[in-house]
Amino acid sequence: MTFADFLNNPVNFIADWLTGLLTGWGLPDALATILVYVIGITVLIVFAMVLDIGLVWVERKVVARFQDRLGPNRLGPFGLIQPFADIIKLVIKEDITPAGADKVIFNIAPVLAAVSVIALWAILPLSSKIFGVDMNVALLYLVAAGALGTLAIIMAGWSSNNKYALVGAFRMVANMVSYEIPMVVVLLIPTILADTMSVQGITQAQDGLWFAILSPLGFLIFFISAIAELGRTPFDLIEAESELTAGFNVEYSGMKFGWFYASELLHAFTFGGFMAVLFFGGYGGFFGLEKVAGFGWLTNPFIEAAVFIAKAMFGYWAIMWVKYSLPRIRIDHMLAFNWKFLVPLSLVALATPAILHKVLIDLPTWQYALGMFASNVVIASGTIEILRANSRKQRKAEEKLSPQPVKN
Amino acid sequence: MQNEWIYIGLFLVIGIIVPIVPLVIARFISPHKPNPIKQSTYECGIETVGDSWVQFKAQYYIFALVFLLFDVETVFLFPWALSLNRLPLFVVLEGILFIGILVAGLVYAWRKGMLEWA
Repeated sequence: MTFADFLNNPVNFIADWLTGLLTGWGLPDALATILVYVIGITVLIVFAMVLDIGLVWVERKVVARFQDRLGPNRLGPFGLIQPFADIIKLVIKEDITPAGADKVIFNIAPVLAAVSVIALWAILPLSSKIFGVDMNVALLYLVAAGALGTLAIIMAGWSSNNKYALVGAFRMVANMVSYEIPMVVVLLIPTILADTMSVQGITQAQDGLWFAILSPLGFLIFFISAIAELGRTPFDLIEAESELTAGFNVEYSGMKFGWFYASELLHAFTFGGFMAVLFFGGYGGFFGLEKVAGFGWLTNPFIEAAVFIAKAMFGYWAIMWVKYSLPRIRIDHMLAFNWKFLVPLSLVALATPAILHKVLIDLPTWQYALGMFASNVVIASGTIEILRANSRKQRKAEEKLSPQPVKN
Repeated sequence: MQNEWIYIGLFLVIGIIVPIVPLVIARFISPHKPNPIKQSTYECGIETVGDSWVQFKAQYYIFALVFLLFDVETVFLFPWALSLNRLPLFVVLEGILFIGILVAGLVYAWRKGMLEWA
């Protein structure tokens, strides 16, 4: 039990020490274990919440840069204290419940929105030693917890007794029944490549080769459907300021609104983290660099956690980049884009690697990787060719209908 | 194995308590002065006409049916994907055939005009 032990495995070190301390006081083993669990979970959730406060600052600063502004810069250095002031304002603001609202559901919805995100942190692998739990059905848990957030939005919209909120909630239903399909289908690709559903297993399977290289299409589809699942622009029809004012959360004020806002930001960051885990090697994926002499420190849990946070932050930034660059799309376009494009493409993007993985797995790594990557390129160019032919046909049909321009 | 689920259960319990704490604090330190105007439904300043829980045509009813089909399909595909490396190529192709049958269903719905916004 030295300081080096702590650096190599901090969670186990503290857990062992605490368990020893508690059993030393005469507590039974089972109770001591549960108490240690409770302490660990509380620390993890509080870390997520503190990170969330930081994300408010990051989001406001980045959107300001995208829109050629400065963003918060008055409170503290670079406006770093701004989010804390925001929280104090939200907590001391009057909480208004509309007269006709369904009070029970109205109060449960913001809590459920936060729970749906916090639940995801149970399986998020921050490093090989720092994580909540390594489940063998982690990917199914990810889908289930994601659906909880949708449920919270539907509950909020329905219980508000407001037409704007109701329309926003109905749009969320349309969103969920569409974009969950491509998302679940592309979750099967890392499952096939890593031969496991556990997030630790998927991360370790990418030590030599990121899955984004083996299946770039899978990553793109996951990225798009994650944005849709988060309800961020261009799929933010649930909020749609210009038509629904604020959509599902229009009647919320004070800290209840604060939870919707906070959980949206943390959700985006968490999905950035899952993108890193599923396709970019998570906390590891140094292409074997950590085995070279002199680079052994890369496998230190704290370094791994820093790498993971950096990758997740990059994913979060990419989601923000899309959000502040693209206009909102119409709802019929959204459904058509999903059912006529994303679903067929995701099924092809699943079937091809499934066969190729089976056929090519015995070949040397570079041939295997090249084959997988080439198949994705072929599918992508084929898709673009089909889309091009389709739009050409449509243009011809429209030209036939419209009158010919008069020649002078 | 059992410890995992105890952990998830505890995680959810604490995950529910943490968001409730600021809400309870806010209840004690925030003002509470309701009046009928403040509590009326927000519609950009215009008075609400009729019931707020309005009924309207949900065009995506048929989408929901197709969704149900595909969601069940993906649940069947997870065990197939997990054991893919230990299966003979023939069984892998059978899984592909299963996907193909559902694609045929999607094409049928498409041709019947179910995927149009009408």
